[in-house]
Amino acid sequence: MSDKKVILYTTPTCVFCKSVKEYFDDNKIKYETVDLVENRDRVQEMVDKSGQMGVPVIDAGGEIVVGFDKAKLDSIFVK
Amino acid sequence: MSKVYDLIIIGAGPAGMTAGVYAARKKLKTLIIAKDIGGQASWSSDIENYLGFSMITGPDLVKKFEDHLEEFKDDVELRLSISGVTKISKKAKNFLVVMGDGKKEEAKAIIIAGGKVPRELGVKGEKEFLNKGVAYCAWCDGPLFKGKDVAIIGGGNSALDAALNISKLVKQIFIVNLTPELTGDPVMIDKVKALPHIRIMNDMEVVEIEGDRLVEKIRIKSRDGGLQKDLPVSGVFIEVGSLPATEYLDGLVKLNKDNEIVIDEYNSTTQEGIYAAGDITTVVEKQIITAAGEGAKAAIQASIYLAKK
Repeated sequence: MSDKKVILYTTPTCVFCKSVKEYFDDNKIKYETVDLVENRDRVQEMVDKSGQMGVPVIDAGGEIVVGFDKAKLDSIFVK
Repeated sequence: MSKVYDLIIIGAGPAGMTAGVYAARKKLKTLIIAKDIGGQASWSSDIENYLGFSMITGPDLVKKFEDHLEEFKDDVELRLSISGVTKISKKAKNFLVVMGDGKKEEAKAIIIAGGKVPRELGVKGEKEFLNKGVAYCAWCDGPLFKGKDVAIIGGGNSALDAALNISKLVKQIFIVNLTPELTGDPVMIDKVKALPHIRIMNDMEVVEIEGDRLVEKIRIKSRDGGLQKDLPVSGVFIEVGSLPATEYLDGLVKLNKDNEIVIDEYNSTTQEGIYAAGDITTVVEKQIITAAGEGAKAAIQASIYLAKK
């Protein structure tokens, strides 16, 4: 299990964000949620990190995952 | 590969999830493989024609479907596969389902309920700027464009629904429509026309989507070729219909000219043991409630097939 600081960028209508949250909960991974509608000023931060505008974006201690890429999340969190 | 399932269902939209519930009640060992939960239903904003709910949002209805399916988790395994199913082939008396990541699963029967995927516009910049301003789901991605100018491409109900959906969030909307008039339902056209910050550009088509790292503008031209102009926008929502997700099925089951899976009244395809349900099939109406009903029919027929096997 990883002790990295994990940020999940999300919007209220993002379907895959829900899948990511369930994945984190199932694997008991602590994370901070940034709702980009509530936090407009952090959209650019998400774009800078991921180079794109789709959510979910996960920042796992500097490692960026775009979308609910379970294989990549497994490689980071469930080694 | 660990075991042979009785049934593999491809897709977890209304058809696939209903099929899952029916399969569980028949005690079939079932695996659902899906790219996402809910499919097109999860992109719908306000649903007012699913019996029992005078109004419910797509994501809320999908959550109810998912919770219902969850009650049967001992019999039905739901697996998300971001790469999706890329091949189905016959393996002796069974079927082998291959996913994009190379994983394989085997089952005695299959229900294909993969629904439809958004139709692409096919213009320069569309692929390059996907998720960099170009999106196919205004409901999902619209909130990221709060306060910005955006374009919606299309003039039918999905385009109008998208416009109404994000109209409270964005600064200005250009609806770029290929036909002389909008083609959606009159009640929706009236709603769109009543909003002062929506500009309707009929008889126009997109030539190119341009930008640096993210979308900055689109170039449009009139269909007679007389007028060409740039629209400065941050977002481009493409709402020009959808296509059945059947490209990997060619040769296995019969498709019609629109690439929908040809089924009979028992949801049978031309391949014995493979059933299909919902928007991916030739069924005449593409509604959430009909997809759910078709999923139920397909699962019942699959269970009858398995009982005889």
